[in-house]
Amino acid sequence: MSAAPEKAAYEPVFTGDRLKELEAIMARYPTKRAALLPALWMVQQARGWISEEAMVEVAEILDLTPAYVKGVVTFYTMYHQHPVGKHFIQVCTTTPCNLCGAEDVLAAFLKHTGCEELGATSPDGKYTVVEVECLGACGFATAVLIGDDFLENVTAEKVPEILKRYQ
Amino acid sequence: MGYPHPPHPKETVVLSQYFGDPEARTYEGWKKRGGYTALEQALSMAPGEIIEIVKESGLRGRGGAGFPTGLKWSFMPKEKTKPHYLCCNADESEPGTFKDREIMRWTPHALIEGCAIAQYAIQAEVTYIYIRGEFTEPLAIMQQALEEAYRHGILGKDAMGKKGLRLDMYIHRGAGAYICGEETALMNSIEGRRGNPRIKPPFPAAYGVFGMPTTINNVETLAAVPHIINRGAAWYKSLSLSSPKSTGTKLFSVCGHVRKPGNYEVTMGFPLGELIYDLCGGMREGRKLKACIPGGSSVPILNREETESCLLDYEGCIEKGTMLGSGGVIVFDDSADMVYQIMRLARFYAHESCAQCTQCREGTAWTVRILQRILAGEGEMKDLDLLLELAEQMTGKTICVLSDSCAAPVVSGIKKFRDEFEAYIKGARRPVTALA
Ligand SMILES: Cc1cc2nc3c(=O)[nH]c(=O)nc-3n(C[C@H](O)[C@H](O)[C@H](O)COP(=O)(O)O)c2cc1C
Ligand code: FES
Repeated sequence: MSAAPEKAAYEPVFTGDRLKELEAIMARYPTKRAALLPALWMVQQARGWISEEAMVEVAEILDLTPAYVKGVVTFYTMYHQHPVGKHFIQVCTTTPCNLCGAEDVLAAFLKHTGCEELGATSPDGKYTVVEVECLGACGFATAVLIGDDFLENVTAEKVPEILKRYQ
Repeated sequence: MGYPHPPHPKETVVLSQYFGDPEARTYEGWKKRGGYTALEQALSMAPGEIIEIVKESGLRGRGGAGFPTGLKWSFMPKEKTKPHYLCCNADESEPGTFKDREIMRWTPHALIEGCAIAQYAIQAEVTYIYIRGEFTEPLAIMQQALEEAYRHGILGKDAMGKKGLRLDMYIHRGAGAYICGEETALMNSIEGRRGNPRIKPPFPAAYGVFGMPTTINNVETLAAVPHIINRGAAWYKSLSLSSPKSTGTKLFSVCGHVRKPGNYEVTMGFPLGELIYDLCGGMREGRKLKACIPGGSSVPILNREETESCLLDYEGCIEKGTMLGSGGVIVFDDSADMVYQIMRLARFYAHESCAQCTQCREGTAWTVRILQRILAGEGEMKDLDLLLELAEQMTGKTICVLSDSCAAPVVSGIKKFRDEFEAYIKGARRPVTALA
């Protein structure tokens, strides 16, 4: 058997200020476990997604098992278990937005980003487009979330213009 | 001020008075508008007195179930032997509902004030405000308002200048799961667990978050509390156009096929027809009203006649065979394909099922499959009976009501729009294949 190629060493997320911030968050709850969702958000903000190694790191800090952490990560749809494009585009297609043309908006995002299918990242690595359930802004259909930017009243025609802002 | 439209003369503006006014967001702006006077007054009363006032006002939960708020608070132990908690439910994920979002975006201090009063009334040391992860803007605004409230001594040690009173309030960000709006799932999520609902009893007042006595209320419920303290229970109770069991104002989020979607605040008992035709400007050019879901996607669908004669309070909706729910009004005009849209709702529930209960996990998935088969032109007449049978198996049999919520639009849809289902089955409508 040939030796496995050397993997880049994992660099911990929680050092210095970030560790201090997590400790401050832990103080808000009577248990360590309760800081799990906030800790996972911090990982995702720092790294863009949550790797197996990061799950191990979080588990160690919060006295949990890696399997438990993974169980939580997989329950919540907003945590990425794989790297995603630089701009993560979530288009709501639930009934209220759907009545107002959300599926056309979704199709326009797929077409203009060059993403071949839902959930796939565009060849240039810039975009990932997914369908999402109700974003809680149904009166401003179609609702779209690009990264942390919440967009309202998006129509298929506006999509190329919008994408110019996300290069 | 209305948002995103100017207020209509038929509205009763209480909670939404400052929607669209960015100055009301800041601590100073809120103080100038009479903010935190209700909290000041509440802190001069005994906790029990506050609970009595809220009971007397007739305020009922705005999160969906309409449970009397004062009564819920009174279930908390009077003798404190362990920590108490307040959870504010800002998960707002019920399709059609987008009112809590506006409360948080425009009047974050109103929510903080309401939480602080409730927290004092139930003798809780901490409030967790659970905000859905997708609400990036409300999250940032609430975070900033909380920092201001701590800075100005509203919260924290010796809160409001009261020696020995400690009020802590933290935001807990969700991460994409509709089910976390269910109260016990929300508590599990705060605890760092998967958002699975818990079997009740025990109820939260006995065994809530971290196993401690807990009260959970919706954003709109809590935001109404300062007004009740300021203006009195009798005033709140007097806001009632039909049933005396429904009092106060309610925010209705209207979406779908109306000219002016948005949030409208009216007195309980307001006619649904007037909301749609007058306040929201009615249907688009040349279109007619076909159907309406008045209380968020989990409640039965109304046809046109029922919609036009429905009164918007808890009792008025029940009279029409539906529910007031969260007040998310979804309007369908005659261009809507009811079969497709009902399939799309079922798909929402199938996607959001936590998968603990078999009836829900399997029932929601099968409902979608059968509806897609019908849409594809491959359905048979007996599929409609199968859907109804399935719906029956999904109602009243699970830990929480998510599966009942999936059944509600299917059953009412087949009953009221059967011809549209049959048209697909008979080949009278062009088949559609759904995305995904
Ligand atoms: C599947 C499901 C989802 C729910 N989602 C929400 C929600 O997003 N927001 C909310 O306030 N209540 C929601 N509820 C209702 C809560 O369980 C609970 O009744 C409510 O937060 C209590 O507050 P209230 O008495 O002030 O209405 C949901 C219930 C279920 C069964
Ligand atoms: S349906 Fe799209 S935001 Fe609610």
